[in-house]
Amino acid sequence: MSTDAILSFEEAMEKYDPVLGFEVHVELNTKTKMFSSAPNVFGDEPNTNVNEVDLGMPGVLPVVNKTAVESSIKIGLALNCKIAEYCRFARKNYFYPDTPKNFQTSQYDEPIAYDGYLDIELSDGTVFRVEIERAHMEEDAGKLTHMGGATGRIQGADYSLVDYNRSGVPLVEIVTKPIEGAGSRAPELAKAYVAAVREIVKNLGVSDAKMERGNVRCDANVSLRPHGRERFGIRSETKNVNSLRAVEHAVRYEIQRHAAVLDSGEPVIQETRHWHEDTRTTTSGRAKSDADDYRYFPEPDLVPVLASREWVEELRATLPEPPAARRKRLQADWGYSDLEFRDVVNAGVMDSIEETIAAGASASVARKWWMGEIVGRAKTADVDPSELGVTPETIVELNKLVEGGKINNKMAAQVLDGVLAGEGTPAEIVEKRGLAVVSDDGPLLEAIDAALAAQPDVAEKIRGGKLQAIGAIVGGVMKATRGQADAGRVRELILERLGVEG
Amino acid sequence: MTELNNSELIRLSAAQLAAKLAAREVTSVEVTQAYLDRIADVDGQVNAFLHVNAEEALAVAAEVDAIRAAGGAEAEALHELAGVPIAVKDLIVTIGQPTTAGSKILEGWHSPYDATVIKKLRAAKMPILGKTNLDEFAMGSSTEHSAYGPTRNPWDLDRIPGGSGGGSAAAVAAFEAPLALGTDTGGSIRQPGAVTGTVGMKPTYGAVSRYGAIAMASSLDQIGPVSRTVLDSALLQEVIGGHDPFDSTSLTDPFDTLVAAAKTGNVTGMKIGIIKELHGEGYQAGVENRFNESLELLKEAGAEIVEVSCPNFKYALGAYYLIMPSEVSSNLAKFDGVRYGLRVLPEDGPMTIERVMAATRAAGFGDEVKRRIILGTYALSAGYYDAYYGSAQKVRTLIQRDFDAAFAQADVLISPTAPTTAFKLGEKLDDPLAMYLNDVATIPANMAGIPGLSLPGGLADEDGLPVGIQLLAPAREDARLYRVGAVLESLLEEKWGGPLLAKAPVLGSSSTIAGGSN
Repeated sequence: MSTDAILSFEEAMEKYDPVLGFEVHVELNTKTKMFSSAPNVFGDEPNTNVNEVDLGMPGVLPVVNKTAVESSIKIGLALNCKIAEYCRFARKNYFYPDTPKNFQTSQYDEPIAYDGYLDIELSDGTVFRVEIERAHMEEDAGKLTHMGGATGRIQGADYSLVDYNRSGVPLVEIVTKPIEGAGSRAPELAKAYVAAVREIVKNLGVSDAKMERGNVRCDANVSLRPHGRERFGIRSETKNVNSLRAVEHAVRYEIQRHAAVLDSGEPVIQETRHWHEDTRTTTSGRAKSDADDYRYFPEPDLVPVLASREWVEELRATLPEPPAARRKRLQADWGYSDLEFRDVVNAGVMDSIEETIAAGASASVARKWWMGEIVGRAKTADVDPSELGVTPETIVELNKLVEGGKINNKMAAQVLDGVLAGEGTPAEIVEKRGLAVVSDDGPLLEAIDAALAAQPDVAEKIRGGKLQAIGAIVGGVMKATRGQADAGRVRELILERLGVEG
Repeated sequence: MTELNNSELIRLSAAQLAAKLAAREVTSVEVTQAYLDRIADVDGQVNAFLHVNAEEALAVAAEVDAIRAAGGAEAEALHELAGVPIAVKDLIVTIGQPTTAGSKILEGWHSPYDATVIKKLRAAKMPILGKTNLDEFAMGSSTEHSAYGPTRNPWDLDRIPGGSGGGSAAAVAAFEAPLALGTDTGGSIRQPGAVTGTVGMKPTYGAVSRYGAIAMASSLDQIGPVSRTVLDSALLQEVIGGHDPFDSTSLTDPFDTLVAAAKTGNVTGMKIGIIKELHGEGYQAGVENRFNESLELLKEAGAEIVEVSCPNFKYALGAYYLIMPSEVSSNLAKFDGVRYGLRVLPEDGPMTIERVMAATRAAGFGDEVKRRIILGTYALSAGYYDAYYGSAQKVRTLIQRDFDAAFAQADVLISPTAPTTAFKLGEKLDDPLAMYLNDVATIPANMAGIPGLSLPGGLADEDGLPVGIQLLAPAREDARLYRVGAVLESLLEEKWGGPLLAKAPVLGSSSTIAGGSN
């Protein structure tokens, strides 16, 4: 496998202007398949979730899954598309063993949704509008596993295994118009776009949206043109880039590779590229020319899909709040700064904070706990913060203990560790570990007197009105009580002792 | 009631058999066995059956007999045709019997599921006698394109029984079955009916579920009845028709007045339109004579005969031979040796999937099938699509408009079913275009999705072979065809002094069959 020459990203950007385009396939989570009553379930024994329709047995006919049409319309609406009142399926004819009929039933020139857009917010808050050309319905193919070859591809394999469980799973393919003007932010935009689509279909509840399972799959088209030129360059299509990180890397790599090809004076070859996660490079697949002839024609076994305006409006009324609008609303409700909110989003704890607030915590308390305590622990444990095992109720309870003066923040962190270690509820852990703020003033006063005696100059400063100096005495008391004192009470008592008004 | 011997039993119509079964004058086992005996006796000559389903048919017959014998609610609930045997074109999939589509590529294949029409036959408890021969994947007008040898016309064993449903028509004509199922894409029920002196009905597109009929051309295919009388076809269509959630092109309309229409046939005051383009030049003189005779009879019975013109019919055959092969090329792509059926490995060279598929298809398909796949692949190709498939679809619309205009002037249209009587085996095998022309009168109904009925119109003067009369009605008006067909049938039988098939030559060893020479 030869290695392609690449230019540095910066140099590529100096010379060329990237144009992107994406085809994102979303697997719908309908109960049954696109055209058959077989279950649409991931991960079962191969070739168990199939019936005669999925296997392309002689005599079978497809029937359109109404829920899949509804989901497709919802996706179209969420992408600000127009919904076709009348549209048909077509047959895309090609011989390949993952397609049991040797044609794929797919929409072709009559997509159910078309002419939409999606506003993508980049990490610094810049909003970039991506135009959606179409979202159309189709069926997934079976899964081939090529055995015995070095490459895992059909060429050179001894034999191939085929699993038709995925055959006929409903897909919506979302196709963008050419995306111009992203410049050096193209890789970031690529990632953000796919993330936004994934978030939308998850939010709609129409897909499980797990990229690692192939629920959302991205084909990334990249071409370059010299700055100032209007005509697009020749594109490559990198297939099945199946994680958000990989989308960003693949686009970056292709930009660098195209730039090197163009610099060498050679034309870019229009082709399919394969993404390799291990080397973060692409390799040439098959040449994709416009001569590919799928002999599309309208699927004669299906009647047209009619989407009445009433039905579309009914579906529109069921749409959940769009993710971007929700973010805007939550930030305003919680009163977080842009930076605070972006950190919350990037840390993936927005939903958790919302739940914690719903459970009774204030917005600032919820953020303090999730961002201050839980995110770090999750990173150490290498899990999503929401999967660490902290419930909103735990946080509310912990916070009540702190606010009620039962424990201080330092102890609260220990209690949280106890909760995560499965030692019980926060109250139980406080009890078991003997963690309680010392509230008897007697021992505290002793410690205060000792601290004041140890630092007479500081005591003098405080008497003189320099209240900010009190920290040194508080610190001494806390140290002496091994942190079990309530710092607020200590401060009060010090001022009282020195006869100073707080 | 005097007891009937087997040769009398097998000559009864399905309706007559049903009445005798209901009256318990005869048992279903006796009837079914009589047909199985007849098949054993004559099918060596006719070759109508690819598979005989004796054991299961007799078991179903015995079940019906037991229910009838026990009486009570279950006996009451039996379908009118319960216990009446039937043959099924081998394009329709059946659990428990092989389904070959007349092709080597499906040799030995057993379907894991029943076609919807088969489920309905089973629900009605009609014993299935077996699967009948056909042109490979229903492509042909003579049944000579079967990979399992041609079926012969019971009227003259040297002649073709029509096609593609020659097996079903010949089985019914040779008294090997009282009823049969066929499929009609361009005339495959009606043209065999015409040349074998039987009744064949292509219902409105969508009136009968296609689920489980191996698709030839999805937008044209329709399952329908084959029988010896018009009433029998009506009875059978009511069994197999109706909406099917497994076929989204099936209609939701009820088709439940068909039997009543066949029983109360009346043409007084009806306008019957002769299609100017579908007779005359190119039609055999004997066919034309019988056609005119039927017109006279209908006129005498009170119908008004008018002439209508369908100027775009001259493009029908050409458009059909673009749309049908286009759909064929896609529908038959699934036969690749990967999942079922024949698998042929290339003799030498690399063993790639493409080469296995190619070797399988090269060995598994016959010439006519290949011809149509190639034609369709070409017609759908980028750059040719608009000129071929696209134009053909426009012609289809024009044909529909011609019919609309014609039905504004007439309740029912009439024509000869086929331009000629049965031709000799091998006569047109090397001339596909001549073969295709045999469907010139039947194709327009498929292109428009309307129903068409063919019934025996007598024997041609020059060769003594059966001539078919075709009746056409607007979509969803299948009942009209049974109404007019029943009238014409009774007028003709009155003229002949009995059913036309009584004039067919004697077949087999049985000397008790009353036969006449033509």
